[in-house]
Amino acid sequence: MTVEARPISKTRLPGLAALLVLASAIVMAVLVLAPLFVVFGDAFSKGFSKYLASIRDPDAVAAVKLTLLVAAIAVPLNALFGIAAAWCIAKFEFRGKSALLTLIDLPFSMSPVVSGLVWVLLFGAQGWFGTWLIDHDVKIIFATTGLVLATILVTFPFVARELIPLMQDQGADEEAAALTLGASGLTAFWKITLPNIRWALLYGVLLCNARAMGEFGAVSVVSGHIRGLTTTLPLHVEVLYNDYDFVGAFAAASLLASLGLVTLVLKTTLEWRHAGELSANRRH
Amino acid sequence: MPVNSPPTDDTDAPGPGAKSPLSLEITGVSKSFGRFPALNDVSLQARDKEFLALLGPSGSGKTTLLRVLAGLERPDAGEVRFGGEDFLSLPVRQRRVGMVFQHYALFRHMTVAQNIAFGLKVRRRRERPSRSEVDDRVADLLSLVQLEDLGKRFPAQLSGGQRQRVALARALAIEPRMLLLDEPFGALDAQVRRELRRWLREVHDRAGVTTVFVTHDQEEALDLADRVAILKGGELIQLGTPNEVYENPADPFVYDFLGAACRLPGMVEGGRLTVADWEAKAPKDAPQGPVEVFFRPDEVSFAPGDGAGLAAEVKAVAARGPDVRIECLIEGRLFELEAHGPGAPAGVAPGLALRIKPMRPKVYPAPAPA
Repeated sequence: MTVEARPISKTRLPGLAALLVLASAIVMAVLVLAPLFVVFGDAFSKGFSKYLASIRDPDAVAAVKLTLLVAAIAVPLNALFGIAAAWCIAKFEFRGKSALLTLIDLPFSMSPVVSGLVWVLLFGAQGWFGTWLIDHDVKIIFATTGLVLATILVTFPFVARELIPLMQDQGADEEAAALTLGASGLTAFWKITLPNIRWALLYGVLLCNARAMGEFGAVSVVSGHIRGLTTTLPLHVEVLYNDYDFVGAFAAASLLASLGLVTLVLKTTLEWRHAGELSANRRH
Repeated sequence: MPVNSPPTDDTDAPGPGAKSPLSLEITGVSKSFGRFPALNDVSLQARDKEFLALLGPSGSGKTTLLRVLAGLERPDAGEVRFGGEDFLSLPVRQRRVGMVFQHYALFRHMTVAQNIAFGLKVRRRRERPSRSEVDDRVADLLSLVQLEDLGKRFPAQLSGGQRQRVALARALAIEPRMLLLDEPFGALDAQVRRELRRWLREVHDRAGVTTVFVTHDQEEALDLADRVAILKGGELIQLGTPNEVYENPADPFVYDFLGAACRLPGMVEGGRLTVADWEAKAPKDAPQGPVEVFFRPDEVSFAPGDGAGLAAEVKAVAARGPDVRIECLIEGRLFELEAHGPGAPAGVAPGLALRIKPMRPKVYPAPAPA
């Protein structure tokens, strides 16, 4: 009934390692937990009613709505793009595959400001298509369309990066088997491919959504900061902060922080419950 | 004949009788991946209900050929006909081939029963059997593969051998016109392999379909198949019954591949074969001039050191029951010979000088000096 004793050296951390663990815990507390307390502390510093008033402010409501709208367009599109890209890369051999992989990663390695700026260069008043757009009265920059485009570009890699390693790992044999059994390509996709990647897809969508709602740099460039019209929640925080409306700024920031916490909980749940169906690098 | 019918012991055994019609005709099929030629001008035929093995080392093109038959690869050139029909113009889903993949490719998110039912459920509405028919068919197939109680399990909950049988049941569910098996025993341990081998042959006989199966295991191919096609580097080297190819390998590669081989340089002149100080009648249609002589290590007879044969010096002896393994030096090369029971020379021990005679030497032209 006794469990064989393990050598102590394997189970107990040596002194230095314990010290390092403690040090990183302190750093985490200062860098991560403290700001979180500050955000909520300052948001509620003038009382709950003031907090509520800041959140119910028409500009704040407009910012929340805009943020949700942008995410509601950008995230599903990037889910589709991500599935399509991962499908091509994982299931087929073709020339230029590694170039495509690099391209997918580009938004990760590029400053978000650049991701915003490219749209201004293309569609801004002085941009390539600027004159044509003005002549036809199409507004992209300083409008919702621009925000959506900038968000799509910045968040493009999340779903694709999550799916590619998993789908490469799974190979194309199951789909091939489905075809030999008489399934059409579309049936194979709906009944075999999609169920096999559902949790990883959800995981990618979750990360994509968190970034889409929290993105600041790229949307800042294309937004123009028109209050109540083109300010998403992160931009709204900046606007209020620059106005010295600290309660308002932190109240809006607390919404973003809550989104972060919800994402974290969902993400951890997925990692815990469906580890086997996520990409290998997400398994614990 | 439906596969789930009870075994019949009448005499319509679907052996590859010479009279049964050709069902599969592969003509001049070539396929390359980039600059790598996987198949080079391969032509072969299989008769109706024949059990054909594609045998070769890895990279020989056997799996590519199987995938061409399934429709998963398109050949660059050549023709494949099945039952007289142009098979290459048919998309995968219309070929009705049952394929068992090397790693089974079971649908991991479906139960065993759902896996088996898949091929029936994806049929077009008017061809689709009713739910109760599907259930009956799944039950029949589960009992055919002896997994009656495991219908509700998921593939991850099964052993390798069980998964393999599920894959086979799933392939049989669509009543395939041809069964394709890619290294069906590749991932199983030796014990399970042997058990499943006989059983697979029974399933083939009962299902009454043409079966093509890929393996790199010569014992498996020789044991199971009606005919064996040996491939190397994308080319068909030899096609014949297990006995034909084993008794009469087309070239040194096939000889080597089909079993343990001993080889020595020799010479054929005027109907006589000379190897070192041993001379014998040359085999029929042996090439003239310098040759390579092959023989199986268990197809030799032993004589005392002053008799006739190849001079051999015994280096080591290992007896296991009636079988004796004799390691000996012939012509400066070390060979491991096998003798069974009475065939073993008396009093064999390290240091002893012997004479050995290959009982059925095979002679191939010596390779040109590089």
